[in-house]
Amino acid sequence: MDFFDRFAVPNPGPTIYASMVAIVLTIIAIIIGITYFKKWGYLWREWLTTVDHKRIALMYLISALLMLFRGGVDALMMRAQTAVPENTLLGAQEYNEIFTTHGVVMIIFMAMAFVMALMNFVVPLQIGARDVAFPRLNALSFWLYFAGAMLFNISFVIGGSPDAGWSSYFPLANNEYSQSVGTNYYMFALQISGIGTLITGINFITTIFKMRAPGMKLMKMPMFTWTALITNLIIVFAFPMLTVAVTMGSMDRLFATKFFTTADGGMDMLWANLFWMWGHPEVYILILPAFGIYSEIIPTFARRNLYGYKSMVISIVAISALSFLVWVHHFYSMGQGALVNSIFSITTMAIAVPTGIKIFNWLFTLRKGKITFAVPMMYSLGFIPIFTIGGVTGVMLGMAVADYQYTNTMFLVAHFHLVIIPGVVFAMIAGMTYWWPKIFGFMLNERIGKWAFWFISIGVCVTFFPMFISGLDGQARRMYTYSESTGFGIWNMISFVGALMLAAGFVLIVYNIYYSFRYSPRNIGSDPWDARSLEWATHSPVPEYNFALTPQVNSSEAFWDYKKKGVELFKGKYEEIHMPNNSGMPIIMGAIFFVWGFAFVFGMWIVGILATLGIFACMIHRSFEKDDGRHISIKEIEETEEKLGGAKK
Amino acid sequence: MKLKWALLTVLFIITTVLTGCEPLTVLDPKGPVSKIQADIIMISVWTMAFVVIVVMALFAIIVWKYRASKQNDEYEPPHIEGSVALEIFWTAIPIIIVAFLSFVTVKGTYGVEAIANDYEEEPLVIYATASNWKWNFSYPEEDIETVNYVFIPTNRPVEFRLYAYGPMASFWVPQLGGQKYAMEGMVNKLTLAADFPGEYSGRNASFSGEGFAEQTFNVKALPQDEYEQWVDEIKSTAEPLTEEKFNDLLKPGHLGQLTFTGTHLGFAPAPEGLHGQGGTSDTEETSDMSDMSDMSDMSNMKE
Repeated sequence: MDFFDRFAVPNPGPTIYASMVAIVLTIIAIIIGITYFKKWGYLWREWLTTVDHKRIALMYLISALLMLFRGGVDALMMRAQTAVPENTLLGAQEYNEIFTTHGVVMIIFMAMAFVMALMNFVVPLQIGARDVAFPRLNALSFWLYFAGAMLFNISFVIGGSPDAGWSSYFPLANNEYSQSVGTNYYMFALQISGIGTLITGINFITTIFKMRAPGMKLMKMPMFTWTALITNLIIVFAFPMLTVAVTMGSMDRLFATKFFTTADGGMDMLWANLFWMWGHPEVYILILPAFGIYSEIIPTFARRNLYGYKSMVISIVAISALSFLVWVHHFYSMGQGALVNSIFSITTMAIAVPTGIKIFNWLFTLRKGKITFAVPMMYSLGFIPIFTIGGVTGVMLGMAVADYQYTNTMFLVAHFHLVIIPGVVFAMIAGMTYWWPKIFGFMLNERIGKWAFWFISIGVCVTFFPMFISGLDGQARRMYTYSESTGFGIWNMISFVGALMLAAGFVLIVYNIYYSFRYSPRNIGSDPWDARSLEWATHSPVPEYNFALTPQVNSSEAFWDYKKKGVELFKGKYEEIHMPNNSGMPIIMGAIFFVWGFAFVFGMWIVGILATLGIFACMIHRSFEKDDGRHISIKEIEETEEKLGGAKK
Repeated sequence: MKLKWALLTVLFIITTVLTGCEPLTVLDPKGPVSKIQADIIMISVWTMAFVVIVVMALFAIIVWKYRASKQNDEYEPPHIEGSVALEIFWTAIPIIIVAFLSFVTVKGTYGVEAIANDYEEEPLVIYATASNWKWNFSYPEEDIETVNYVFIPTNRPVEFRLYAYGPMASFWVPQLGGQKYAMEGMVNKLTLAADFPGEYSGRNASFSGEGFAEQTFNVKALPQDEYEQWVDEIKSTAEPLTEEKFNDLLKPGHLGQLTFTGTHLGFAPAPEGLHGQGGTSDTEETSDMSDMSDMSDMSNMKE
């Protein structure tokens, strides 16, 4: 029994038992369902082993929505607990676990996955490629992300959730002050999914540099592809720092090293520096693709080309460079002197300049346009005012001397939610709605979508604006409760109401997916929005080879030029198409990584060593495997094109 | 359009609240440091309000004017690459705003560090030690120690020397000034002063585990003579702080307000002299860069 004791949750409560039951029931239901409908073979052949960027995108999308649900429930519980003073809905320990997992799940497993989903789906299509440069690595990226996400989520019911905050500062996160295995889960889940992200970074840089359609020079790439390129460059520079940090953190916790223990010659601030040297660029890894999505949607629904394409490119490059030069603003109050803080204040505020350029360029794209208010456009328009408020408060936080009063308070919480939600979440919903017909061949319902939009955008304001006030009134963040005399009660109650509105909005989005799946018309053609870039030039849903003929491009809005000026996109005759084979190795490696992480979380060394050997065995197997892919015959292409409504010109 | 009106209303409410219908603690300063900070916050709020209003107005006008339902069907929006002049214009404006705010920030950031220079008296040194989940205040001059509350004289700078046993804690008395971290193995200095007698609440603002929410303390500012009276009273009534007792206090948990004669600094000295933070209190600026660089080799810095 001693062996199993370690898996017990340190402080079980009703939520945890309910989750255990729910998880077991869900797993049983899924297994029975798949078996009953005899879908195991289909699932394995078509999905679990797929290397197709579009299917991988879809798996990222489903995972992101699941994680959004998990993180959202966490958020609702937090807002419910703090809605009234001295509430006893949750204990301090539960609250601490919930805000920690909320942060990690939303950033690493929701937002990142959502970004990955859209990049995976759109980038190869926008550049006229058949897939990414390394399709199998792409599948591995997904399965590593998925293994990390699952590992992190089971912590809730096996062994205990992490409870040291999503930033996991040492010494709080060391064994002495975080005694459960929760923080081990944090370290290994981040490590595993971080490796996946790093691989994606390399993969997409290669794809974008090497696989663009003929004629698509760098300065003729659609803006989303530009942001994807810069994002992946940031990933490649930033994620190794996370890898190093969590490796050191894991060693401190498992092997008694003292990297972050001051008393033994380590340094706790080293963690804070490493974490934020990754963590700040991470913010831009999320926001840049979002900017890219807006740069696609706004021109489409304003029926105008993107204003100031060059300055847009320059500004994202500038943002990416500055993103590495501002990390100290996360801890101005750690005792570095006025000189250091002044320098980092200036670099931080400087980010407002390129961001401002982008805002004005979007506004001037709208100008002289012909604006229609479809759901993706609603989110893109809602983004501008709300994000501006979030952004200017960011400038305020960047001012070191004032930040001494904001840091660690609800003011900060208000700021970063008001940039991340309109910035990233709005963009993801907008992008999902926008590319949905391309992915599935039918559209999401506009009416339900607009209701969801209003709930979410009013909800986000109602939830987070009051936090500016309670923060300035002295409410520190991460407090599980407060006394009535503080006067924070009213602001937190308003926040709770807003959180309920947000929740209602997200429920509507899920309902919309169900409703549209059942009732939306399927005969919408391949270009329902009258859009401008290359992904709309192929069929909906997209055939596995993307384009029967490689497109010829000479502008950043190739498809628009084809429609308006009659510039021919597809020339020549069909040739056999070379495609990669599916492979079971990525999911197997993901599973082994999961076991590896789980073993190390609990210090089960023999299992851990075996899993390590398994990982190397997979890599060796891959090195000696001979797999030249397969060819799609001309006849097959002709048949597919015919079935999808005739060849594209 | 509803959204914009909602936003403008909320913005209006925020600015009215900020400007003083009911003063928020951070904007209701009782000392020179928090005064500087509150002033700078208000400067930034107004500057940013200007930016927000400009963007929102442009946004509202453009979206209203160029909506499709208002235009005839034949209208085909023109292709415009951009305008170098305009793009330079809206690059320059933010640069000017950022430059202005940078000036304000740098001046203020140096200003709060040098607050002691505005007073004739030498700063009163108080060591503030965070441990899970309480604050010890040691007065080396007066040779007394308090737990979870601190008395200070008004109109005299107080140099809090911050360090921690265990997780990082952030020392924060909103009405007297912004935060600074108390950490293991090094001492941070935060100079504050109170201009008015009164009680101010303080707390650890940085999450430090299960008991974090209740890790608070009270600051009471008294005129010099009353302050001295209080010190004398403590000296004649309080128990001495022994090493054993102090180790007891460090155990995780919550304590009420306690008072002792003597300080723990004798048997458990503060970790001064590490990370280039030691020496005289005036040399902080010059040690900035060594703070940054000695992260990796701090073990060599131990004296």
